[in-house]
Amino acid sequence: MAETIVYPERELKVIGTRPVRPDGVPKVTGLAQYGADFNLPGMLWGKILRSPHAHARIGSIDTSKAQALPGVKAVITAADLPEQKFEYLGPERVAVNYWHMTRNILAREKALYEGHAIAAVAATSKAIAEEALKLIEVDYEVLPHVIDVDEAMQPDAPLLFEDMITRGVEPPPAKPSNVSKRIEYKLGDVAKGFAAADAVVEASYKTKPVHQGYIEPQACLARYDSDGQAEVWSSSQGHFVVRTFTSRLVGMKVADLRCHAAEIGGAFGGKTVVYVEPVAVVLSKKSGHPVKIMMSREEVFKATGPTSGASMTIRIGVMNDGRIVAAEGVFKYQAGAFPQSPVMNGCMCSFAPYDIPNVRTLGFDVVSNRPKTVAYRAPGSPISAFAAESTMDLAARKIGMDPIEFRLKNIARPGAKTVFGTTLNHAGFAETLQALKKHPGYTAPLGKNQGRGVAAGYWFNGGGESSATVHVNEDGTAVVAEGSPDIGGSRASIALMAAETLGIAYESVRPVIADTNSVGYTQATGGSRVTFATGMTVINACNKVIDEMCARAAKLWKVDRADVVWEDGHARPAGKRAGEFEPLSFKAIAAKRTATGGPISASASINAEGQAPGFSAQFCDVEVDPDTGYVKILRFVAAQDVGRAIHPAYCEGQIEGGVVQGIGWALNEEYIYDRDGHMENPGFLDYRIPVASDVPMIESILVEVPNPKHPYGVKGVAEANIVPPMAAVANAIESATGLRLTDLPMSPPKVLAALDSRR
Amino acid sequence: MAKHHVSALINGNPVEYLCDAQQTLLEVLRDELNLTGTKEGCATGDCGACSVTIDGRLVCSCLTLGAEIDGKAVQTIEGMATGTELHPLQTKFLELAALQCGICTPGMLVAAKALLERNPDPTEDEVRYWLAGNLCRCTGYNKIIEAVLAAAGEMRKG
Ligand code: FES
Ligand code: FES
Repeated sequence: MAETIVYPERELKVIGTRPVRPDGVPKVTGLAQYGADFNLPGMLWGKILRSPHAHARIGSIDTSKAQALPGVKAVITAADLPEQKFEYLGPERVAVNYWHMTRNILAREKALYEGHAIAAVAATSKAIAEEALKLIEVDYEVLPHVIDVDEAMQPDAPLLFEDMITRGVEPPPAKPSNVSKRIEYKLGDVAKGFAAADAVVEASYKTKPVHQGYIEPQACLARYDSDGQAEVWSSSQGHFVVRTFTSRLVGMKVADLRCHAAEIGGAFGGKTVVYVEPVAVVLSKKSGHPVKIMMSREEVFKATGPTSGASMTIRIGVMNDGRIVAAEGVFKYQAGAFPQSPVMNGCMCSFAPYDIPNVRTLGFDVVSNRPKTVAYRAPGSPISAFAAESTMDLAARKIGMDPIEFRLKNIARPGAKTVFGTTLNHAGFAETLQALKKHPGYTAPLGKNQGRGVAAGYWFNGGGESSATVHVNEDGTAVVAEGSPDIGGSRASIALMAAETLGIAYESVRPVIADTNSVGYTQATGGSRVTFATGMTVINACNKVIDEMCARAAKLWKVDRADVVWEDGHARPAGKRAGEFEPLSFKAIAAKRTATGGPISASASINAEGQAPGFSAQFCDVEVDPDTGYVKILRFVAAQDVGRAIHPAYCEGQIEGGVVQGIGWALNEEYIYDRDGHMENPGFLDYRIPVASDVPMIESILVEVPNPKHPYGVKGVAEANIVPPMAAVANAIESATGLRLTDLPMSPPKVLAALDSRR
Repeated sequence: MAKHHVSALINGNPVEYLCDAQQTLLEVLRDELNLTGTKEGCATGDCGACSVTIDGRLVCSCLTLGAEIDGKAVQTIEGMATGTELHPLQTKFLELAALQCGICTPGMLVAAKALLERNPDPTEDEVRYWLAGNLCRCTGYNKIIEAVLAAAGEMRKG
């Protein structure tokens, strides 16, 4: 079902093979420990009280009755967390504001969405903790609320923050609004471009918020000791991020908080922030007991994630020969209850696959009474791509051109300028489209009510800070301690790269995810960065080890270090001493460690640069049932430039998983609210993610155009694949029915209504 | 409120425990017996992460009360391997990369084993429909289906 297309060949021994992952066995025997699987003696259960209202001012909170219930050991509210300064910190794309963050952990002045955390208790059993929540009395003044992004932008909309002045507008508006930020990017002269075009197409689109839908709800265990030190075990994409956020929110020294990466049961961006960790730490501090908190699925839906819903308009101007001469996009993204939706990414990624001389994108970050959005796989890009790639299809139809041909004609090649001011310096986009075009399914005949749709997608991919230490053992094996939580098999890819570099067997390398006190700082597992950036730091550490191994061999041979080289897993005498001694293996040198200078280990910490953008091109075949509006996915083919597939099975897995999430986004998934702003479908029965019988085998094509900036050519793989599916499905539906759907999800009632409107 | 006294066979071992009337089998397994291989994804019967068998029948342990188990035999993921020898399903899941995060894996394996006991030679469609109650958000299901079919083939060879 999967195919690999390799561009330049390179001799590699273990990279590109498919060994069993080093952490595999405990995961199939039930012994691996996830966030909810840790216990300590004297442990209490923590539970969180949540707002029943979408928008309400909080008068007073009376916890006395809860406090008095036998078995209750601590009750906390926002008053137990220090106030934070209002400021946006860090790069704009991922800026954080602790004033907002602490209010999302526990509400202060107002409850801003149904499910907003208000107070928390720790008790000797789950049942007592739940009982105690019912005894907390909160005095709410219910306020008018707003859910939809277009409504939230109306001048008379209820305001979440009475003092919020839109950023990015000069001069700043006098009146507050729900628009947190306006962003604009420009390249060339859009007006001129449209004026010169042979044809212009334009359409508007809407999408609903969708949840990351990881199967493991957030969970953690915290222990706070009377000397002010604490330890946390939690399910997160970055235990260093847990440490940074939690220490700041609780008000403790970073060195006093030791965070462990539990095995993580899926995340997709949703576990790059904290919800329960600071609460558990403070409950533990107050009670003097370890505290465990597990979110319920309903809490996960109502109070974590999702990604934005949006309202968007796209215009594309084309020439009859297929050249795009102008493109424009307006993107209004819901941020949820606090600012910082991924609209900036949407503005940057929407037209990034193409070389277009005149582009303008305009974005609005808008708050409304729903959970604060969090990253979801290629955050922001799939939303804007749904609009942009649907409009690309309209343009190709307008001039009567094959959709892959049309994209190839405009594809960005090295040297192309992006709307956000960078120059593309990596190949791979055109190769990926060509690989897709060559798939035999692309020209296969279609039956009645069937259609085929194409779409492409761009994602930046990440680099950033990573650390690792390689320890050489006396029997010639090695342990790699690194700082990236492993969500989808990264320990396997790390071990493969270490084995390749050291010249030893894959099975001789054992990677571990070390806690925050045992390895250097490492950013979260996100942005498709781990195999690239953590891989690079592991390779650096391995190279230092090799250098040391050569020094040890020099010592054994009593020659100059300069006369020893490393080849094929062995130290060899070289230069003037070439051939004088038998080469020494990794194992032989390791065995002589004590005599040659003691323990052999090396660390590396880097801020990795040189990541290459991810690109995915896909087509799908659908069949639309004219009686029910049900859209069946018949075939789905996804090509992606993976740079170099370190462990091809896990690369395929990323593509297969990303595409199926995209199919859910396209066809089923949405947050549904009643008129009071209550989510009506906070469970997997009514928020329906794809099940095994909904989808066919996803056919992945791994296109390998190596990244010259990585020792093994790695490009991030995890995210670009979720960018195209929504538009690919919409484009296929148009091909099957002649109807253009612009509203996600394209669920049976909507498809049927569209079909009926034509009858 | 008095607790219920329950005697059951869990993974072939005689076990006795006390539980509250409202405690689910999932909670008993995880919180009382420290068998945390059975996972909670929803607690409402919608995800299959908590799949176990009771007297050979596949159930969601989150929809079963701990008190209902008296005199019954429960199999969980912890009982699937024989000592250090993995079940062919476990081996194929590892060889074919049928897990990414692995949180759905215990439930998938328990459910797949129940399928193969009834139908040793299922078609791809039969596997897909049998596992439709077990959600996986990571894999897109390809490799899970492939692993179940491969394990079935292996087991038919005997
Ligand atoms: S936890 Fe039982 S079905 Fe989800
Ligand atoms: S492997 Fe993560 S949910 Fe299935």
